[in-house]
Amino acid sequence: MMDSHNIPLDHRIIYSIVEDGSRVLDLGCGEGELLYPLVRDKRVRAQGIELNDKAIQECVKKGLSVFHDDIENSLREFPDNSFDYVILNQSMQEVKKVDYVIQEALRIGNKVIVGFPNFAHIKSRLMLFFQGRSPITGSLPYLWFDTPNVRFLSITDFKNFCEGKKIRIVEAHYLGEKEVVRFRPNLFALNAVFVLTNHL
Amino acid sequence: MKKTKNENINNNSVGVVETRYFTFAEPGREFQFESGDTLGPITLAYETYGRLNRDKSNAILILHALSGDAHAAGVHRGLDDKGWWDDMIGPGKAFDTDRYFIICSNVIGGCKGSTGPSSVNPSTGKPYALDFPFITVADMVHAERHLIDYLGIDKLLCVAGGSMGGMQVLQWVASYPERVKSAIPIATSLKHSPQQIAFNEVIRQSIMADPAWREGNYYEFGQPEKGLSVARMIGHITFMSDQSMEEKFSRRLKNDKFGFGFDADFEVEGYLRYRGANFVKRFDANSYLYITKAIDYFDLSGGKLIPQGKAINTRIMVISFKTDWLYPPYQSQEIVRTLKRRRVDATYCELTSTYGHDAFLIEVEEQTILIKHFLDKTFNGYLVAGNDGLS
Repeated sequence: MMDSHNIPLDHRIIYSIVEDGSRVLDLGCGEGELLYPLVRDKRVRAQGIELNDKAIQECVKKGLSVFHDDIENSLREFPDNSFDYVILNQSMQEVKKVDYVIQEALRIGNKVIVGFPNFAHIKSRLMLFFQGRSPITGSLPYLWFDTPNVRFLSITDFKNFCEGKKIRIVEAHYLGEKEVVRFRPNLFALNAVFVLTNHL
Repeated sequence: MKKTKNENINNNSVGVVETRYFTFAEPGREFQFESGDTLGPITLAYETYGRLNRDKSNAILILHALSGDAHAAGVHRGLDDKGWWDDMIGPGKAFDTDRYFIICSNVIGGCKGSTGPSSVNPSTGKPYALDFPFITVADMVHAERHLIDYLGIDKLLCVAGGSMGGMQVLQWVASYPERVKSAIPIATSLKHSPQQIAFNEVIRQSIMADPAWREGNYYEFGQPEKGLSVARMIGHITFMSDQSMEEKFSRRLKNDKFGFGFDADFEVEGYLRYRGANFVKRFDANSYLYITKAIDYFDLSGGKLIPQGKAINTRIMVISFKTDWLYPPYQSQEIVRTLKRRRVDATYCELTSTYGHDAFLIEVEEQTILIKHFLDKTFNGYLVAGNDGLS
């Protein structure tokens, strides 16, 4: 089993979602923090996509396969249904062509796991309303001028997006600092993890 | 060449090494070339470093580029002739000779101990010259397979090389996927672009335009030095980047002022002349013609790398360099695209370097990190990623 100490909640949730022996593509895999335990414990066949040189070296040290590429350019050549899961954890908000990336991920993966910070968290709302400042929260820790994020969305925004695109949400997980949030997630969740599919 | 950034690189050497010779394709069992021609016997010059382990599972075949040879590491007795990839091969280095058994052979058609156009044809007693069969990268690899058979190695832990060496790596994967556990093609391509063919054609024309070439029959008279040195000068321009040439030479003059003549005023001119003049002492002009043609013929695009319906278990790591304009990163990306289409998990790294195509010989630090760990995981059992399940 996964050692839960010091492992972020979103990683633990994604770890529990991915089934043993499945084939996984992680878009923006970083140093392989998410893929490594999956490969180690769950016999997952993993492929990462990552842009950072040092992160790629760390993946190679872990024995992971990783392609040096940016997410938007990396998807086209994969045949349909190449993967059981395509993961976009904390990387969707850094992508410009979100719609394209989600549709491509749904094409090449049976299921898509999306994890993103909730812009409508109560702390963001209070900061914007009372201080008149761009929100800074536990899941959105950046100042306006140095954030890697280019998309700012709430949980409700994303649900509406999926509804509009006729994407089925198979699972939804709402995350606080350390615990799962059940009550009014769009107000109290810092992060969300959705499992999507195009299949009925 | 600036080496300062490689100061913390391990300088251990494999020490004194010896070139060996393996002869095969004896009469009656001649080697069949891709062109249809046959020839025998054929000798391959090769060197080995490190020790082959008991179950013969630690053998790595290093494949050389256009003008390379079997001497990849160490020095020959009494000489100070470090091998062409000495920074990468040795105790504790990327290709660690304390752990692995490293093999490097001179390609068929070469002129550094392997049978090629400058070798003596036993039936005439004269060098083959242009009677030598045309060679392809597949011929190089098939000849290497004979050597690997002779050494008793069933499955190579890895095949690795840059440039034309990378083409041989890809050819090994295409021809003998079951005999390579992993492959590292560096700064290479599935095929030559028209630009690359064009450079090779200018290179060939400069050799053949030299009257001293004598339709290839120059061996009694000496090399077509002028043509061959110009050919090599063209090569050297394509191996460097605009930036590395600026750093290395800028517009510096050899003697502080213009000579108002056609001697080498600029340092870059002197460098090219020096390189050209040196090359004619060590490389056969006909071999240069044959090998550049083999590189131009090479084409594993369009699904030929991994034939449809064929699964491969080979772990692959592709490496390219951002300033390499001779084998630009897009060509390595095309290898990656092929792997994606065939659902092969693999690794691709595009390294930052100012050295252009030469980077695969010079940029030791990052390559060492990547290759060392990649080999370690391949050798000691890695966390899946391969198509053959968990070790």
